[in-house]
This record gives sequence, C-alpha cells and structure tokens, in this order.
Amino acid sequence: MTSVRFSRLVQAALIYAILLITAFAVLVPIFWIVMSSLNPGKTLLSTTFFPDRLSLEHYEYLFTKTDFPRWFRNTLKVATGNMLLSTFLVITSAYAFSRFRFPGRRSGLLAMLILQMFPGFMGMVAIYVLLLHVGLLDTLWGLILVYAGGAVPYGTWLAKGYLDGIPRSIEEAAFLDGASHTQVFFHVTLPLTFPILTFVALTNFIGPWMDFILARIVLRSTANKTLALGLFEMVTGRGNTEFTTFAAGAVIIALPITLLSFFLQRFLIEGLTAGANKT
Amino acid sequence: MHVAASSASRPVRLHARRAAVLSVLGMGFGQMYNGQFAKGAVLFAGELAALVLGWAPFRHAMWGLVTLGETPQIRQGGRIVVAGDHSIFLLIEGLLALFVFALFLLLYAGNVWDAYRTGALRDEGRRPPTLREEIRIFLDRGYPFLLLAVPVLFVLFTIVLPLVFGVLIAFTNYSSPYHLPPRSLVNWVGLETFRNLFQLSTWSRTFWGILWWNVVWATLATLSTYFLGLGYAVLLGSKVVRGKRFWRTLYILPWAFPQFVSLLIFRNFLNQQFGPLNRFLVSVGLPSIPWLSDPFWAKVSVLLVNLWLGFPYWMMLMSGVLTGIDRELYEAAAVDGARGWQAFRHVTLPLVFRATGPLLIMSFAFNFNNFNVIYLLTSGGPANPNYSFAGHTDILISWIYKLTLEQSQFNMASAVSLLIFLFVAGISLVNFRNTRAFREEELA
Repeated sequence: MTSVRFSRLVQAALIYAILLITAFAVLVPIFWIVMSSLNPGKTLLSTTFFPDRLSLEHYEYLFTKTDFPRWFRNTLKVATGNMLLSTFLVITSAYAFSRFRFPGRRSGLLAMLILQMFPGFMGMVAIYVLLLHVGLLDTLWGLILVYAGGAVPYGTWLAKGYLDGIPRSIEEAAFLDGASHTQVFFHVTLPLTFPILTFVALTNFIGPWMDFILARIVLRSTANKTLALGLFEMVTGRGNTEFTTFAAGAVIIALPITLLSFFLQRFLIEGLTAGANKT
Repeated sequence: MHVAASSASRPVRLHARRAAVLSVLGMGFGQMYNGQFAKGAVLFAGELAALVLGWAPFRHAMWGLVTLGETPQIRQGGRIVVAGDHSIFLLIEGLLALFVFALFLLLYAGNVWDAYRTGALRDEGRRPPTLREEIRIFLDRGYPFLLLAVPVLFVLFTIVLPLVFGVLIAFTNYSSPYHLPPRSLVNWVGLETFRNLFQLSTWSRTFWGILWWNVVWATLATLSTYFLGLGYAVLLGSKVVRGKRFWRTLYILPWAFPQFVSLLIFRNFLNQQFGPLNRFLVSVGLPSIPWLSDPFWAKVSVLLVNLWLGFPYWMMLMSGVLTGIDRELYEAAAVDGARGWQAFRHVTLPLVFRATGPLLIMSFAFNFNNFNVIYLLTSGGPANPNYSFAGHTDILISWIYKLTLEQSQFNMASAVSLLIFLFVAGISLVNFRNTRAFREEELA
C-alpha cells in the first residue's frame, strides 16, 4: 500500500514541477520587458532582470520625446472607426442573410465563405495600387476602409449563425402589428443581437492595435504611423538604441489589451470556434 | 381584352414573350408594351444615358485593359515631356469598367425578366401593377438588397477587386527594374511569370525551398501547439492539481498578451549577444546559442516562440472539450480493464479529434500564412544567399511581402499569391464540406 501512496506522491510532485516550470517560461519574457522598461539604462546590453534602481524615465521620454502619443491617437482613431464601420456592415449583411430568402442568397453565402478564408492582405499589391489610385494611400481612412471590408465575410457568417438561433416569432408578431422592416430591425432584432454585436465590435476594435502588415502597406509617412509600426521600428535597425523606450511602449499597449482579452476570453474563444464548429 | 381572356384558358404566354423580346431590344420597351409607360420611359432613358455617356469611357477602358497603354513616358533632362500611359491605372480602370458593365448586364436581365413577368400577368388576365404598387413591393421584397448594398460594395472593392487584380498582375511583367509605371509600360506576358517561377533556377530554387519549409512550419506549428494544449488541459484536469483556476489564468497570459508585442520582445530576448537568454546560458557555463542568426536555430526559435504564443488557445479549447466528455465512457472503459493511458488513447483522443478536427485544419491554413510570427521575429532571416530576396525562415507570405514592398517584383508576388490562394482554398473547402455550418445551408 505504501508503494501506491509513494508513487502517487511522485506523480503529484512531477505534475507540480511541470506546472511551475511552465509558469516560469510563461512569465519570464513578460517580467523581463516590464523590468527593462523600468531600467535606467538605454540599450539591450544594459538591461538586467533585477535593476539596481527603478525609474520611470523611459515612460516620460516616450510621451515627451517620441511620436508615441501620436501613434496612440492614430491607432485609437483607426480602431474606433473600424469598430463602428465593421459592426454596421456585419450586422446588416448578417441580418439580410439570416432573415430573408432572396435570389442569390446561397451563392452570396458561399462567396462569403470562400472569401473569409483569405487573410485581408492576400490582395496586397492590389490594395496598395487601389488606394494610391483613389488618393487614400497613407491615410487613416484608407486603412479603416480596408479593415472594414475585410471584416465582412467572417463576421457575416458568425453573426448569421447567431441570428439563426434567435426565434423569429417576435419579429413576426411585430410585423403583424404593422411595423416596417426598418422598425423591426432596429427595435426588435438589434437589441436581441447585443452579445454578438459586442463581440464583433470588440474584435474589430482590438484588431488594429495588433495588426502590422496592412498598416505597413497603407501607411507611409511618420505622421500616420500606428503603434505596431512605430514600435517595430524602435527595435529593428539602428542597433537597438531605444530598447528600453520600446519596452515602456510595449507595457503601455499590452496592459489594456491583455486585461481586455482576459475578461473576454471565454467570449472570444466561443466566437473563434463558432465559425468552424457549429453544433 | 379578348386576347387576355383566351390566353388565360390556354397557357400561351403571348404577352410575356412579346414583352420579353421587346425588352431585349431596348430597356423599357417591354414595360411600355405592357402599359407601364412611366417605368418603361425611365428604363429606356437609363439605357440611353448609359450608352451615350458610358460608351466612350468604356471603349477607352477596354483599350487600356487589352493593351495596358501604348505610349511610354518620355523624359528629357529629368523633365517629363510626354506623360505616357500608366499601365496599372489603366488595368484598374478596365477592371472597374468591367465590374460596372457586369452590373449593367444584371440590370438588363432584370428588365427582361420584369417585362416577361408582367406580360405573364396580362396573359392570365390580370392587371399589371401600378408604379406605386411596384415601389411598395420593391421595398418589401427588395429589403435584403437594400441591407446588403453597402456591405457588398465593401466586399467587392476591398476583397474581390484586389483578388481579381492580383490574379491579373500575375500574367503581366509588372516588376522592377524595367516595367514600373509611370516611367515605363507594363505588358501582358501570359504564363511567363509562372514559367519563370518554375523554370528559372534562381526563382524555382527559392520557391521550392520556401514551400518545403512553409509546409514543415505549418505542420509543426499546428501540431505542437495542439498537442501541448491538449497536454496541459489534461494535466490541469487531473485530480491532483489544486487551484486549477489560478494555473489556467496564468497560462492564458501569452494568448491575451498582444501578439506583435510579444514577438518583438522575443526578438530581443533571443538576441545572440545581448539577449538575456544567452547571457543566462553563458553565466551557467553553457555555450551561447545563435537563436536568430543560425538557419537551424532560427527555425527552432520561431517554432518555440509560436508554441509559447499558441498553446493557451488550444488549452482553453481542450478544457472545454474534455469537460464535455461523458464520465460514463470512462467508467465503461474501466470495466473493460482500460485505465490511464489506454482510456486516454481510446476514449479521450478520438472524441477530442472529432470535436476539434475542423479547427485543426483551419489552424493549419492559418499557420501556413502566419506572417506575423515569421516577420516580426526573424524578418525571414538569416539571409540565404541561394534564395532570391528571401531568408532561411521566410514562408511564402513573408516572401511575397518582401517581393512587393521591398523589391517591387509585383508579378512574381502575385503569381505566388495565386498559388497560395488555390492551396488554402482547397484545404478550407474540403474542411467546410465536413462541418455543419455548411450542411445546414446546403451549399455543397
């Protein structure tokens, strides 16, 4: 009997060892970047895990001497714009596909299905040339429009799936009472779709904070940079002389987004899986 | 009246046919024949306006699409003497004109269909609807089209048009240094770009080399995160572990952390000379490892960092799947003498695979084009002298990015995009055929 208990003990010890090592591996890079941002030195070489002295000078430098505030404003604008536009586009198209039967519906859905499989930057060359042609290259609006268009196919399927699950009887009752399509849409359906609406809005708000490639294609000038572009340039080229400033910027962006994703994790995972695995 | 009454008894669609034929001849003629003069006049005016105003631009657009311009730019002493044709703008204009033309054709077809239907009503002895009635009908039945108008426009211009444009570019010679507008013209070259890709040794060596690594990368990146995630889900599900919530919350951190930030952090964390990882290795007497500067280690690095980034997603997902498995299945397995590994192998794994199969394939497709992990961590490096414009860790999508933004090899980038497009579309379609979302709509 003791050997059984002993082997149980060993097993438990092993499991806890794995858990601790993993926790360490997960936390070290994050801890390191926080420490680096508080480290008085400037370069990668001078940063240590446990600096002798902590200082907020890099944060101050970030806000007073670099374009960081401007990048932040730009990103905020793009994120907000994309959130509003994408949500509007997604919900109108999902509502149409879910509630109406019209010629071209099935082929439309199939087209959306195929289109959602491609990353937005697949037509990179074309987007670049198109925006150049219509004078929207290097503008925040150009970026918002491209993001919003890209959000439609996946979002439509997602929101349509959700809408399909809402019984239509309430809407039909409203129709019998003489409500118009628009009234029904705004007063009956829209409030019911609040959960999926929030999900679409949030993912489209977070998207631009993280995206690098589309922003890089569309935005060219220093004035229009977003956070991802600005931070990328801080730590590539020029021999990493601004490493600790980058660290401060990284902490500032990571904090709100991490918290946001954290509280919404269940929601996000469900959304991610709903697209492929509806049961 | 007499005709209408008699044709109601015999299903001869006399009016319907006549109206349809007339509408084919000219928009609105059929409607006028049916007695809907106002509507017919509006339609005819529309066609007239389209012909008068649209004909010349359309011809010019088609000329541009076919020739991609004929006059090259001429400069004398740095000053532009002749502006010349801008091939790429001509291509886009041609494409837009074709889109508009397709729309016009659709409208025309609608006009014929409308005339036929109204004619059929008359054949049955009924009165064609008045304009006011028709507007009401449109607002009712056409409501989904009103809803869809804006989203569809967005999809057309930000997704479909770029894709079509991208496909077309692959059949031109739009590339640096000799075919960059506005200084010089671009020409259609048919399949030459593809021939170069497969037959010119510098291109084909790069392409096959990158493709091979791309497949290896996507497979390993997907499977490693998948199984590690599963492993941790099982581990955290075990009875021994206390504080499951605490551990789970901790391990979700890399997933919640903004990806581009963590990638840029790792880029520095793994720095060969100054990075803390190597400084630690050296301080405990181990050799420093060229994480990002050696081809082999760079590949290991992207895979490891991807593991760090990706396992929490699967862990969370798997936790959900595992809690959904019926306890009785394990009890039944135990009765048959299966414990531990055997139960896991024969009960858990099949159920997990079934629940996550489609996601696994989608994840493969995603990793196949996972630009961020590659570009932000290694920028495709270290450089590979045998490749044209690519490094050892470059995957196709990051190579395309370099070809486009850094090298202006637009035609080659488009050709490769097209190949990826076909590949990913193939995988995803097969995948979607097997999921319920697809079957419910009976789209297959």
